[in-house]
Amino acid sequence: MDKLDQLVQQAEEAFSAAADGAQLEQAKARFIGKSGSLTEQLKALGKLAPEQKREAGAAINRAKVAIEAALEARRQALREAALLQQLAAEALDVTLPGRGGIGGGLHPVSRTLERVESLFRSIGFVVADGPEIETDWHNFTALNTPENHPARSMHDTFYLEGRSDVLLRTHTSPVQNRAMMAHVERYRHLDTMPDIRVIAPGRVYRVDSDATHSPMFHQVEGLWVGENVSFADLKGVIADFLRKFFETDDLQVRFRPSFFPFTEPSAEIDVAFMSGALEGRWLEIAGCGMVHPNVLSLGGIDPERYTGFAFGMGPDRLTMLRYGVNDLRLFFEGDLRFLSQFR
Amino acid sequence: MQFSENWLRTFANPPLDSAALGHLMTMAGLEVEEADAVAPAFTGIVVAQIVEAEKHPNADKLKLCKVDAGTGELLQIVCGAPNAAVGMKVPCAKVGAMLPGDFAIKAAKLRGIESFGMLCSERELGLSDDHGGLYALPDDAPVGADIRDYLALDDTLFTIKLTPNRSDCLSLSGVAREVAALTGVALVRPEIAAVAPSIDDRRAIVLDAPQACPRYCGRVLKGVNAKAPTPDWMKQRLQRSGIRSISALVDITNYVMLELGQPLHAFDNTRLDGAIHVRMPKAGEQVLLLNEQTVTPAADTLLIADERCALALAGIMGGEDSGITLETTDVFLESAFFAPDAIAGRARAYGFSSDASHRFERGVDFELARPAIERATALILNICGGAAGPVEEALAAGSLPVRPAVTLRPARARRVLGIDMADEAMQALLERVHLDVSKEGESLRVTPPSFRFDIEIEEDLIEELARLHGYDNIPAVAPLGRLVMLERSESDRSEWDVRHLLAARGFQEVVNFAFVEEAWERDFCANENPIRLANPIASQMSVMRSSLIPGLVANLATNRKRQLNRVRVFELGRCFQRKADGQPVSGFHQPRRVSALAAGPVVPEQWGERSRPVDFFDLKGDLEALFAPRVLGFERLSDPALHPGRAAVVMLEGRRIGVIGELHPVWVQRYDLGTAPVVFEVELDAALEAVLPVSGGVSRMPAVARDLALVVGQDVSAARVLAVLREAAPAVVREISLFDVYHGKGIDPDKKSLAFSVLMQDTQRTLEDAEVETAMSDLLRHAELTLGARLRGSGE
Repeated sequence: MDKLDQLVQQAEEAFSAAADGAQLEQAKARFIGKSGSLTEQLKALGKLAPEQKREAGAAINRAKVAIEAALEARRQALREAALLQQLAAEALDVTLPGRGGIGGGLHPVSRTLERVESLFRSIGFVVADGPEIETDWHNFTALNTPENHPARSMHDTFYLEGRSDVLLRTHTSPVQNRAMMAHVERYRHLDTMPDIRVIAPGRVYRVDSDATHSPMFHQVEGLWVGENVSFADLKGVIADFLRKFFETDDLQVRFRPSFFPFTEPSAEIDVAFMSGALEGRWLEIAGCGMVHPNVLSLGGIDPERYTGFAFGMGPDRLTMLRYGVNDLRLFFEGDLRFLSQFR
Repeated sequence: MQFSENWLRTFANPPLDSAALGHLMTMAGLEVEEADAVAPAFTGIVVAQIVEAEKHPNADKLKLCKVDAGTGELLQIVCGAPNAAVGMKVPCAKVGAMLPGDFAIKAAKLRGIESFGMLCSERELGLSDDHGGLYALPDDAPVGADIRDYLALDDTLFTIKLTPNRSDCLSLSGVAREVAALTGVALVRPEIAAVAPSIDDRRAIVLDAPQACPRYCGRVLKGVNAKAPTPDWMKQRLQRSGIRSISALVDITNYVMLELGQPLHAFDNTRLDGAIHVRMPKAGEQVLLLNEQTVTPAADTLLIADERCALALAGIMGGEDSGITLETTDVFLESAFFAPDAIAGRARAYGFSSDASHRFERGVDFELARPAIERATALILNICGGAAGPVEEALAAGSLPVRPAVTLRPARARRVLGIDMADEAMQALLERVHLDVSKEGESLRVTPPSFRFDIEIEEDLIEELARLHGYDNIPAVAPLGRLVMLERSESDRSEWDVRHLLAARGFQEVVNFAFVEEAWERDFCANENPIRLANPIASQMSVMRSSLIPGLVANLATNRKRQLNRVRVFELGRCFQRKADGQPVSGFHQPRRVSALAAGPVVPEQWGERSRPVDFFDLKGDLEALFAPRVLGFERLSDPALHPGRAAVVMLEGRRIGVIGELHPVWVQRYDLGTAPVVFEVELDAALEAVLPVSGGVSRMPAVARDLALVVGQDVSAARVLAVLREAAPAVVREISLFDVYHGKGIDPDKKSLAFSVLMQDTQRTLEDAEVETAMSDLLRHAELTLGARLRGSGE
């Protein structure tokens, strides 16, 4: 090994031994600094013969390149080590909880209503709305339920002091007449009225209060009127909805003859789950039927030409079944320990 | 309506078990709400007679009985019942018997004496809760007979919920008619033969209101023993229909009503004076009813009267003074048809209901009055003895209901139901329920019988077809329709966006009752004249809310009681106010609002954030986020619910849309809330508006930012200063925003410092320093002149 190779080796060893940038710079000075070993050799070149000078110069240069490479490699290694040290020092306890507040949530019945709305929207239903202090006419008469009709006693109605012509709506069905009138007016210029497809979710009121009845509760009204809407369509839409809503085909749906003055034929809709805690029990979840011709006429629609179906569902009941809630009153007590379970 | 399955099967007996029969009725529209076995399962229990009863030699309270259970030898049975006595007939569970609950009876030694069976109480048989002693059977009970047969315990009590249109099923024979039609089995009708009069006594009947009562049958019976016992079979059927046995005469009228559907009334004939009048009331008349209520009949209430006074509310309830008693010997029996319109709603108006009014207001077969009076007469003569006069029938035939034929177009029925059914099949179905059907071209002409009050239009027949065909047999199909996209305006947000935004900012949605305590309206809304309910369910739910805030405050109080300190809740709902020209219901304004409340620490207690109570500006930030990018305005407000210095009216584009503020300390204390919550309430419609973005391009030129710190009076609002600066800002000023508020050292106590960041930029060129300086000095000068402001640090 000649002297230059030894020098390179010494430099590499010295650089490796440098523990930080300052030591490395000192080591650098010893070899390629102004009075470093290699620099001294370069200076000594001038004393040599021209042929020797070229040969020796090339050798010195090779050594210098090797030393500089070693220096740079060591610098890089030291930088990386410093960074690693800094990163280690900056490490966090990543298991500490995140900062800030946690989100709130929607009311469980709202969750249901939003789902109901989006499922019906997907087949072209729009959302309608009606007042909660409603006229007796819209709540009963427009729904083919005149004064003294025995069906009026089916609803225990809240009335207001000093006004006998208004009440708190006992169902969302009064929206039917309002929706029909508006639709007819809007499409008066057309020969054929486009189908009415409306759902109307909202709060309704009856004089009733126990574990399964609340004086205020929710309903979703549905209405589809068109030239060829049939009872078979009603069955199809409701069965489709229930399977999509509960996300299961493991569900039986039963239509049972019933009576409402504003639909004919009328049905109650029962569902039974084929597994789970409620297995095999028929649970009433909605009333429905073909819109009574008198109701269509009062809505400005020719019952000879158009037919339709309507339904009134209980979203509170749907919510109870969906999330396993067993007391209706919990929905209206504002207890955050209960409500926060639905985030 | 409740009734015994066995009784029903005497009229129509299809080869179905109880469960299948119940399902059949439910699916035909006669919803079976309950089906309860009369007795639980047990076997081996017979009628037995106690022949000897001696004291048990080793026990004071036990008796040693010898019992004849029809086995040919006397059984020795130890019994502890206090009423066990010689001669008594009782149910006896023999060795090998199985009592309810699978309790097997074996031969056993009781206190050293062998016992071969057990004598039973009603409770031990699961018949009632009576455990006072042995079940004492009638003296004529046949010894050895199986108790299930003897008491007809293999029976089910059906309770059906009838819809108001099916008055024809308010009787056993009506339900049987339906069951027979649905199953095709024979319908056995009760045998009714006219009872030949044996006396001449009669009472004249005058129909003064023939529209309301077009048919009235009356009959005098004399020498009747009102104290005669009601036969056990009748008692049992009544009892299983939920009707208490009262006396033979009353029981018979109830029995015929249940059997046939015709309400009857029995008067004490000796208390009647002259002819019976069926008439409307005279002014000031009063009737003391059987339920001991005295009513002054309204002008539209039909009465039964004699020539002296009003006796009864026709078709609703009899009168106390003319009713039968156990001493009655002469009876005047009434069997009439009262028109539904004349009865409907009347009983309810007097605050009660009766079996008779329930039936008449829904419709009683108008051809039934005479058969029913004959049936009742036969039963009375049979049970109570006596002699019957002729039936006196007053009839206004022209006022009886008419049953015009209804046309059914089979094609329409197929279209409405979505089924494929031949015309002939439709005819056959309708004929099964006793409708008279004839062909008329393409249509069917259908005439309903006198007992159906619900068939007046084509849809009634379509419903009947659907019911008889079976709802289960109508297919469920996915409807066909023309696909048109729904309109979805980008300038409308959905209420779900509002809910989700508030939920994401930490609020939990609640749903509160719309009726509230009157005090809340007074305290929080200064509303002395709230909208009151005429029939509230409770006093704390007696008026309609005009604001959502009190409900949220109540939620806070409730949750604070449950040790929840940090409460953030919101509600979307209607409020109610009086407004003469309100729409869509006149007299009322019913806006939908969104309201939120925050109380307690601003963030949940945590390691990385210093806790502080939520304040006005936290909630204001939530409200502003709800409306962003639209900018809300806020002005000081005086509101009874809110802290006078910490409340603002919320403005949007010059409209007042709501309020925000800290709850007034008075209510914090009165409602025991601990710390004051901050609340807002705004119109939901305003929150649902959205703006369609319009791009204004992006300037490539450098922006220049300068700060401007102004010292102004404490009473000058930040909004005012901002407005003044914006007013004076030249076109190059793009934005002025407040970044610091300071009062304290270095500032006069009655002043404050507001620091603004002014951003300047031109879309076309780079701004020159001179322009920037001019703009800043313009702003300052304007603020000095208009607000008396001073540049901070410029010396006083």
